[in-house]
Amino acid sequence: MTYQTGGIRIENLRKVYGHGDTAVEALKSVNMQVSPGEVVGLVGPSGSGKSTLLKCLGAIIEPTSGRMTLGNEVIFEDGWKIPDLRTLRRDRIGFVFQAPYLIPFLNVTDNVALLPMLAGIPNEIARKRALELLSSLDVLHRAKAEPSQLSGGEQQRVSIARALANKPPVILADEPTAPLDSERALSVIRILNDMARLAQTAIIVVTHDEKIIPTFKRIYHIRDGQTVEEKGEGRSLD
Amino acid sequence: MISLAARDIQHSWAKFVLTGLGLGLLIGVTLTMAGVFRGMVDDAQALLNNSGADLWVVQKDTQGPYAESSSLKDDVVRSIAGMPGVAMAANITYFTMQVKAVGGKEARAMVVGIAPGIAGLPGQPGHLLAGRHLTRSHYEAVVDIKTGLTLGDKVQIRRHTYEVVGLTRRMVSSGGDPMVFIPIKDAQEAQFLKDNDAIVNDRVRTAANPAFNRPAVPGMLDAVQNLQTSSRNVNAVLVRVADGWSAERVAEPIQHWKHLTVFTRADMEDILVDKLIATSAKQIGMFLAILTVVSAAIVAFIIYTMTLGKIREIAVLKLIGTRNLTIAAMILQQALGLGVIGFVVGKVAATIWAPVFPKFVLLLTQDAIVGFGATMLICALASTMAIRVALRVDPAQAIS
Repeated sequence: MTYQTGGIRIENLRKVYGHGDTAVEALKSVNMQVSPGEVVGLVGPSGSGKSTLLKCLGAIIEPTSGRMTLGNEVIFEDGWKIPDLRTLRRDRIGFVFQAPYLIPFLNVTDNVALLPMLAGIPNEIARKRALELLSSLDVLHRAKAEPSQLSGGEQQRVSIARALANKPPVILADEPTAPLDSERALSVIRILNDMARLAQTAIIVVTHDEKIIPTFKRIYHIRDGQTVEEKGEGRSLD
Repeated sequence: MISLAARDIQHSWAKFVLTGLGLGLLIGVTLTMAGVFRGMVDDAQALLNNSGADLWVVQKDTQGPYAESSSLKDDVVRSIAGMPGVAMAANITYFTMQVKAVGGKEARAMVVGIAPGIAGLPGQPGHLLAGRHLTRSHYEAVVDIKTGLTLGDKVQIRRHTYEVVGLTRRMVSSGGDPMVFIPIKDAQEAQFLKDNDAIVNDRVRTAANPAFNRPAVPGMLDAVQNLQTSSRNVNAVLVRVADGWSAERVAEPIQHWKHLTVFTRADMEDILVDKLIATSAKQIGMFLAILTVVSAAIVAFIIYTMTLGKIREIAVLKLIGTRNLTIAAMILQQALGLGVIGFVVGKVAATIWAPVFPKFVLLLTQDAIVGFGATMLICALASTMAIRVALRVDPAQAIS
């Protein structure tokens, strides 16, 4: 299985909501770089701009200014450089949410295969890819189950598989361990690290989960719309 | 690409089936209402078909004998029978009454007076299921099976008791009431004769009138009183046109020379279908319109609610790059799926309960096809509200 590579670089990213007197500067100057195969933490208090940054990185909202580079391609520089953001999200950005948000009426395999199918990959090939991912995430035995039949940890692993399904160069994980206990939370982080290494994917984990923060080698703190890079403990997950 | 709509229906089939069942019963009622209207039209046409007539000769300037009352002398038939182009002519009387069988059974029926013993005359019951035609001049009856009567039953019509000697079917009035055929003399008496008290009172009044009770003119009073108590009227003369003659060509001289009104088959259809049942048709039309609106509202509400319950999934689908068209198609297909389930349930339900209705309910395939098309259209339109909501869902809703 080959993956897209290149990581993500963000330079002087700024986001202002509203105009004139009512303008709110949610992001002032965000600078980040995540290399392929790397997992970094993005932490900050409520209202610090985490969600806004995530939405900008996820091509859901348009930053006001700055520059974003995905792999070797500049995707934003004072405006989107890619006309079809939907395709960008589908093919080049993976999402892992706080809750797994699996599609309840699709079985596990099809939840994962849906993304490649949406990208026009034939069903059989998409399902084969999904099964490979489920196998590497150790949930192959649940391939035919419905999401409601899975445990919380299994659901989250399936959602990670879904995020990887189109082999994106970057994955944005939004509080992926929030509903999990310590053991399962660390298990999810272990999986994300393994997948990042295996797939050479850059993974940004937005979290304020004290259990997992010590596992990151690099952490970006966001406060008042600005990021500060910090060396993490990089505690072993073994 | 997998069908998201089909998977969702498969996943929550019980919800879809139960919703479809409810919608189906509503569609069943709608189809039945259409069937009731078709049945009324068919009853009216059956009345004309079964009469075997090409022309209906009635009292001048009336629209009898079905839509208005009409009264002719019963000897008019002889002169009409002699008119050019007339193959057969027969007197007929119609009146609706509550017919009671001796022993209890009771039915609303149209009593038809026909000439007995002459097979093939217009107005006669076309074919019999059992028994025989009327052969005697009095006290025999041929009845439609919808009356619930059987051969040998005795029925009371006014003063006399009649024995059922024949059974027929689909011989109904324009209102769907089954017919009871009796000899015309009896029918004239039953329809036009007064009761005994009224006859006695009339005789006393006539005898007290010096204009009729003249000692110098013996027999005059008796003649007048006989005239008062005899019944020589019928409602119409049914005419069958001879081969090679058009109905209009035969009707024209009867109308002109006999000073009567003559209706052709087309005129009669116009009176029965367009005039007599027009109000009922409008009434049913209103019901159909209301049922259509209610069905549309229910489908719209169901699909809208189902979509609201999937907002988070829709946000996720949009976030991971699902096209708006795919999401809209999912909702539309679910609405259409619901419509298909509803229509099948409705059609089956209407087919099952239609025969139980007291009046004829005619379920036509063409109505079912139109109904299916209308259901699909309504479901498609009803889904637009839900599609609008789904398309406005912000993918950011998937992010906490």
